[in-house]
Amino acid sequence: MFETALTFNDLLFLAKGAGMTLAVTAVSVAAGTVMGVVFGVIRAQFGPYWSAPLTFLLDIFRSVPLLIQLVLANAFQAIAKFGWDPFTTSCVVLSLYTAAYCTEIVRGGIDAVPVTTRRAARSLGLTWGQDMRCIVAPLATRVSLPAWIGLTLGVMKDSALVLWLGLTELLKSSQILVTRLQEPLFILLICGAIYFLISFPIARFGGYLERRWSPDD
Amino acid sequence: MLNYTFHWNQALKALPQMLEGALVTLQIAVLSMVIGLICATLLVLCRRSGNIFLTSFATVWVEVARNTPALFQIYMAHFGLGNFGIHLSPYTALLAGITFNNAGYLAENFRGALKAIPDTQPRAARSLGLTSLQAFRYIMVPQMLRVAFLPMTNQMVWAILMTSLGVTVGMNMDLAGVTQELNARSFRTFEFFAFAAVIFYLLTKSVTLGARAMAARLFRY
Amino acid sequence: MIEIENLRKSFGPLEVLKGINLTVANGEVVTIIGGSGSGKSTLLTCINGLEPINAGSIKIDGVEVHSKSTNINKLRQNVGIVFQQWNAFPHLTVLENVMLAPRKVLGMAKQQAEEIATKHLIHVGLGDKIGVYPSRLSGGQQQRMAIARALAMQPKYMLFDEVTSALDPQLVGEVLDTLKMLATEGMTMICVTHEMAFARDVSNRVAFFHQGVVAEIGSPDQIFGSPQNPETQKFLSGVR
Repeated sequence: MFETALTFNDLLFLAKGAGMTLAVTAVSVAAGTVMGVVFGVIRAQFGPYWSAPLTFLLDIFRSVPLLIQLVLANAFQAIAKFGWDPFTTSCVVLSLYTAAYCTEIVRGGIDAVPVTTRRAARSLGLTWGQDMRCIVAPLATRVSLPAWIGLTLGVMKDSALVLWLGLTELLKSSQILVTRLQEPLFILLICGAIYFLISFPIARFGGYLERRWSPDD
Repeated sequence: MLNYTFHWNQALKALPQMLEGALVTLQIAVLSMVIGLICATLLVLCRRSGNIFLTSFATVWVEVARNTPALFQIYMAHFGLGNFGIHLSPYTALLAGITFNNAGYLAENFRGALKAIPDTQPRAARSLGLTSLQAFRYIMVPQMLRVAFLPMTNQMVWAILMTSLGVTVGMNMDLAGVTQELNARSFRTFEFFAFAAVIFYLLTKSVTLGARAMAARLFRY
Repeated sequence: MIEIENLRKSFGPLEVLKGINLTVANGEVVTIIGGSGSGKSTLLTCINGLEPINAGSIKIDGVEVHSKSTNINKLRQNVGIVFQQWNAFPHLTVLENVMLAPRKVLGMAKQQAEEIATKHLIHVGLGDKIGVYPSRLSGGQQQRMAIARALAMQPKYMLFDEVTSALDPQLVGEVLDTLKMLATEGMTMICVTHEMAFARDVSNRVAFFHQGVVAEIGSPDQIFGSPQNPETQKFLSGVR
């Protein structure tokens, strides 16, 4: 196992794959979070009844396998002649996927701010926008951040599925090396280690924040 | 804009085949949950055992399951184990990968749920003369299951969604696999996968609603 | 008979019990009073074997509680304990709470356990609550359920650890009445309490704990009427 045909160039190839994974993740999480915050505020503000259509729509992204979402989106963009490359398609799908989960997190965070606190803010003459910005946003962020970190890592791991659209991210580049070098275990272990090294410290940090900020401590 | 004719009839004709695939999907999900629950229970016991080897083994399992992609775990089962001369069929590899993932997440859920039960509960049970195993079995486990029920439901939904990853290792019996085979023959990608998406949606929704009904019956306290 | 000799117990560097000597005869009711942190509650958890001890001995009917060869689960069947926090098992109905130990520890048949549990629940005045879950009960009712739960094991001794301290004032009475009833029925009891009137009423002897030792022990009349120890005097003048 330790006598390997793996060269420095191959490692570079893996690193490039990891770079693609991170790029897809970064774009999707950024766009998804922006959408998630907007949708989350809408859901919290309009109540379950009026935001039902939005809830239903977003729920689809959480109830259908991501792989099928990717295939459908790719087929659709071909039919509609959007001419998207796999990277764009992947990012669009993953952004919506992220937004669906992020909406729930944001709504949960806003709902966790006590009504009395918000009334107190409004009683001082703050407008709705000021209340949202100065009172709700900081408190809700604190509640939501650990879950959001978990979501980001989840998207990073799920982004492996974009290989199905032909995008060479980390897992796909390992697969290519496996096919060429015929050392599946060794190369997959390196690939897993890279995922683990990115995910584990951040997950631990999220867990630490959660413990530190949990209300009953 | 859409210069394309949808052929829904073809997909409709293939519906019985796809529903058969959905049954396989459900079968894999249920099996992976049942075996995953057993493994998770053992992992929790390992972590509480105080034995350094058992604790490390369980911790590595849980952390790898939670910090690497599910697809990677399935690849390991399918390609990685080949190094040891173990060649799993796509079905077995998929089942093994999802089970490994389920067990890791469930074990972590159980651990959190156990933490949420106050120390005074097992203490009160012990004071009545119950052994520590009896206190765990009759007092801790039932209360843990209540706290962990929603995460367990979510994990079941995840298990259903994860079955779709089987196509990447050549699985062709489950819903995603059947759909992919149909697609490869006809190239009506959108139609077939839209049907698959609807079936997946209905599957996951039934699980969620079913679990909610079950929770209402089980946890009346 | 419960015999405690030179009992010492520490939590880390903090020594809570510094040589306790106390003997409780069968049929006797001993109440323990004293300021918080004087080690009263710790003593009860040591008698039940829930906390390990550092030195000394506790013997129940001549059997050493903290000896390795003692079957602690068997011993506990004779020693019921009720805590300040009643610790109802929330996933079991009131009846199931009381039935659990007779079924699992004594291996009783379901019907017999049900009969015994019902009997004790009626005894503590919860005959109409047997089918409900603890979350539907008031604190006082939950505490009476906890007493029935301990009694269902037919123990020879009962330990009560500040059983009224976590209750709303208007609920204290019903629980104290239950304890008084047990005392008149001849149950051997050790009660840690802050209810001085109760201690005066039901005890054969009252022990005053101070800084981990029994500072003074005697009849209720003597302790409340003419306390000898200056610490006892100080404590009693404080609570009145």
